[in-house]
Amino acid sequence: MSTTTDTPTTTAAPVAVAPTRGSRFTSAAANYIDERTSISGLVKEVGRKIFPDHWSFMLGEVALYSFIAILLSGTFLTFFFDPSMVEVEYEGSWIPLKGIEMSAAYASSLDISFEIRGGLLMRQVHHWAALLFIASIGLHMLRIFFTGAYRKPRELNWFIGFVLFVLAMAEGFTGYSLPDDLLSGNGLRIIDGMVKAIPVAGVWVSYLLFGGEFPGTEIVGRLYSLHILLLPAILIAALGVHLLLLVINKHTQFAGPGKTNDNVVGVPVMPVFAAKAGGFFFIVFGVIMLIAATFTINPIWNYGPYDPSPVSAGTQPDWYIGFADGALRLLPPGLDLHLGDFTVPMGILIPLLVLPLFLAAVAFYPFIEAWITGDKREHHILDRPRNTPVRTAIGAAGVTFYAVLWAAASSDLIATHFGLTIEGVIHTLQALTILGPVIAYFITKAVCIGLMKKDREIALHGYESGRIVRLPGGEYIEVHQPVDEYERWRLTSFTEYQPLMIRPNEQGRITVNQRVRAVFSRWFFEDRIVPVTKAEIEQAHHGEGH
Amino acid sequence: MADDHGAGTAVEKSAPRTDSSGTAVVLAESDAIQNPGFPPHRLRVTDTDPKKEKLAERRVSGLFFLSIIGSVLAVVFYIVFPIVPGDLASIRVNTLSLGLAIALGLLGIGIGAVHWAKSLMSDAEIVEQRHGTRGTDATRAKAVEVFTLGNKESGFGRRTLIRNSLIGAIALTPIPAVVLFRDLAPAEDPVPLLKHTMWKEGVRLTRDPSGEAIKASDVTLGSAFHVIPEGLNDSHHRLEEKAKASVLLMRLQPEDLNELPERESWSYDGIVAYSKICTHVGCPVALYEQQTHNLLCPCHQSQFDVANHARVIFGPASRPLPQLPITIDEEGYLVAQSDFHEPVGPSFWERGIN
Amino acid sequence: MIGLVGTGGAYALFTTTASAETTAADEQLVDEGAKLFAANCATCHGKSLEGTTEGPTLLGVGEAAVHFQVDTGRMPLAASGPQAPEKPVQFTEEQIKALYTYVGSKAPGPGIPAEEYLDGEGDAALGAELFRINCAMCHNVAGAGGALTEGKFAPSLAGVESVHVYEAMVTGPQNMPVFNDANISPEDKANIISYLTFLNENPSPGGFDLGNLGPVSEGLFIWIFGLGAIVAITVWLTAKSN
Repeated sequence: MSTTTDTPTTTAAPVAVAPTRGSRFTSAAANYIDERTSISGLVKEVGRKIFPDHWSFMLGEVALYSFIAILLSGTFLTFFFDPSMVEVEYEGSWIPLKGIEMSAAYASSLDISFEIRGGLLMRQVHHWAALLFIASIGLHMLRIFFTGAYRKPRELNWFIGFVLFVLAMAEGFTGYSLPDDLLSGNGLRIIDGMVKAIPVAGVWVSYLLFGGEFPGTEIVGRLYSLHILLLPAILIAALGVHLLLLVINKHTQFAGPGKTNDNVVGVPVMPVFAAKAGGFFFIVFGVIMLIAATFTINPIWNYGPYDPSPVSAGTQPDWYIGFADGALRLLPPGLDLHLGDFTVPMGILIPLLVLPLFLAAVAFYPFIEAWITGDKREHHILDRPRNTPVRTAIGAAGVTFYAVLWAAASSDLIATHFGLTIEGVIHTLQALTILGPVIAYFITKAVCIGLMKKDREIALHGYESGRIVRLPGGEYIEVHQPVDEYERWRLTSFTEYQPLMIRPNEQGRITVNQRVRAVFSRWFFEDRIVPVTKAEIEQAHHGEGH
Repeated sequence: MADDHGAGTAVEKSAPRTDSSGTAVVLAESDAIQNPGFPPHRLRVTDTDPKKEKLAERRVSGLFFLSIIGSVLAVVFYIVFPIVPGDLASIRVNTLSLGLAIALGLLGIGIGAVHWAKSLMSDAEIVEQRHGTRGTDATRAKAVEVFTLGNKESGFGRRTLIRNSLIGAIALTPIPAVVLFRDLAPAEDPVPLLKHTMWKEGVRLTRDPSGEAIKASDVTLGSAFHVIPEGLNDSHHRLEEKAKASVLLMRLQPEDLNELPERESWSYDGIVAYSKICTHVGCPVALYEQQTHNLLCPCHQSQFDVANHARVIFGPASRPLPQLPITIDEEGYLVAQSDFHEPVGPSFWERGIN
Repeated sequence: MIGLVGTGGAYALFTTTASAETTAADEQLVDEGAKLFAANCATCHGKSLEGTTEGPTLLGVGEAAVHFQVDTGRMPLAASGPQAPEKPVQFTEEQIKALYTYVGSKAPGPGIPAEEYLDGEGDAALGAELFRINCAMCHNVAGAGGALTEGKFAPSLAGVESVHVYEAMVTGPQNMPVFNDANISPEDKANIISYLTFLNENPSPGGFDLGNLGPVSEGLFIWIFGLGAIVAITVWLTAKSN
């Protein structure tokens, strides 16, 4: 049934058949390399490592593979892009820009699009892959959150992953600002306005960033250094640590028959996981290529070069910055504070303060939850989201909050497409910023507990089969299809947590820390469904006379 | 706790803690349901039926062949569908053909590899034992010994003067690097620059982007002119000046204009000029509705009422748009009377009361 | 409403001599137009074009305004309000000609633009630059349209006839500002029309353009179709083979 394999695949393994020319070459090559690098040790360690097989475990891979697509297409682009803001006159193929003064950055982006074979394709691959990269990181983070994979020993890896998320957003923002077009230029204008709003130092920081007054002639070059040098370097380093920790901690797995907290059940790296994961890389890249070949993204030729005077209707940042843009739109007017001769624009500072707090809550959530539960054991079995109602509900509330802010960024497009007023859309979203997460929390928690109850029912009494049978005594019953032991294990194998009971410490006192913990612990665990026990199963069996 | 990484079942075989710093885990009794172990392995059709196996093999290699075709086609298309100067449609064809061919090349390998793994490779689930993440006590002891020896042999802990001065030295080394970045910004004080624009007494209002002067009689009722100061196009810092000096010129019926008493001389016969730089975060405020006199900013939907000295009527902006005082010169061209009476654009710390 | 009434009246006072090519009054056309006007327009615009509480005065609007409003079906308005959406045209070409000849004879103003400004042969680069400065903030850089306050909107310019574009610029329908010939000269209007013609005739080189609405549609697309397809593929990939 189960076979543990930890015998190393050595290069000197005896061959049962006469060696072919191919295999002789392979063993000679392997020998050569091993004698110089000790690579056989690595092969032994990693070659038959086990990876559990579930679709939701592949989301991190989607991120990794789209990142590779970004790196490859990006490298191509660096050979043609000119990050200079020197003014040139456009001499390329796009008629509506002929003879127009623009920065070399914008002109070179147009040349990539219109003069170089495959240039537009590579630009579109790069930008679509970037959108997919961050979207898949987001979905991956949600999966990690809702299954509790961030618990010990993976709290640090969650934090690193969060850092990767922020770095990816920064990469995206610096990247789409490089062509110096009207849309991204207005985005930079907005950033400059936000920076200037920072008390005391704001104007100076703005001056520093732009090398003088906005827009200046430095910003594209500086963003370029960030975009191709500093940020990718940090990102790759963090990614390396992220993957290393994954290998060291081994992957988590869902509860199932034969799966315990002390084992990993799945497929080995060689050959199955390598084939599937390697194949998946090509599939992700292929899907990106397919989209990039057929759908326009960021048509910079329509926007024209950046100029502080024109602006387009429907000015939004890329989707992953949407939550910040939306937050700016949702604040009510007149929030400038005056302290003597000085102005504090709270309309800008409130989002600048609140959003990092939200992100910090996300980044530090594993540590907060660990403090609340006091659970210091290692967890390698994932939770089903329904079995942790409060955590799942908190996640739903957080997602709703983010989604409301994100939706607010497209308030004008929502208005035109659904025949609404922008005022109405904004007012509704303002209300939903507060009400939405609250409603989402309560609905989600109720749904989770309902699902847990249903699981309990099925574990005890089986599925409703839809067959109605009339018993000899005259009564009608619906026949229930009992679950087998494997299915029942999936339904019942979760841990029950009880709220913390406060007890005095060695000094005989109850600290404030403990009191607060107890309040949170009660919030988390008071409403719960107890797992099914053996006794209940037997009772249920007897009760149904099977 | 004897067992750091928990047991395999839902049972917790450990004693409860005596203080409330312990876990909130409930200690279930051994009445919990036991792990039933692995279900029996199910064979796939490719395991039992040699014909299906052969079919799967042919499919996998077929997909790999498709990939080869795709990669070759990509090279062919690169040559056969070039970008023809003057033919914009050729760009589309080039992009589409190259992209589809490369996609075929990639997807062929990907789908082939996955199909191979799913249908033909061994699908037996294998079990690998975990080890506790923490090092064994012996390893830890060795690690501690490393540091103890290091401390003893260097005297790091004992020689506190060396230690403290080292910490101080390392802490201060990065400071010059921080200071090096000062010259990212030019030397002058930015605040006065923010408070002044190119507008001065007598500077003509001209059309954006041509720079042609505007006569008052040109500005008819319901018009919206996009304005730059005369001489902007010759400036060495054209965009930087434009980012402060852009103005929107409109004409209303004088009786519709609700002017502040101190600003009655700032308009000319119903013609008003307002800064086009939004006081929220600086986008151009340019959506003028000639009948409602609303001025909408497309970035975050701040709205200003031009009939009422551009005060904020909706959205996140917190201050009205600064007004440019205008009049006409002897030839009837519109000119500014002075610079704006307040800094344009978003609020900032040193802005001053207004 | 007062604004609507006032605006129209002011045309007469402040309009500079635009390309007022008012056609010579053809008596029969004028009579025909008068009858049509009385039956379809007078209720809101007044029997003598002086305006009522329901609609503004038409004094000073000229032929271009009437042609624009009626030839795009905006007029007669289905319901009183600040937004006059385009809808099926209610009159034949002959009737429209009669209407604008009649109104043009009673309320002179900007006339129907000459063909030379409508052929799309102008300078698309100059036109694009002017479009970005004067038009894009409401209509979007590619003419996809955009939101205005209180439920109004600037419509998409895709497929709009050149003559209507010209007329809208010079007359400033509803809340659109007036771009008289001193602001944007007839040659520059022709350049703008050339840019729009170029956009209409040249689909995006990058492929399907998702409505030219910018990052919002791109983001929605990648989440729904991009990630959606990939998640479906992961489910297939990890499913047990048959």
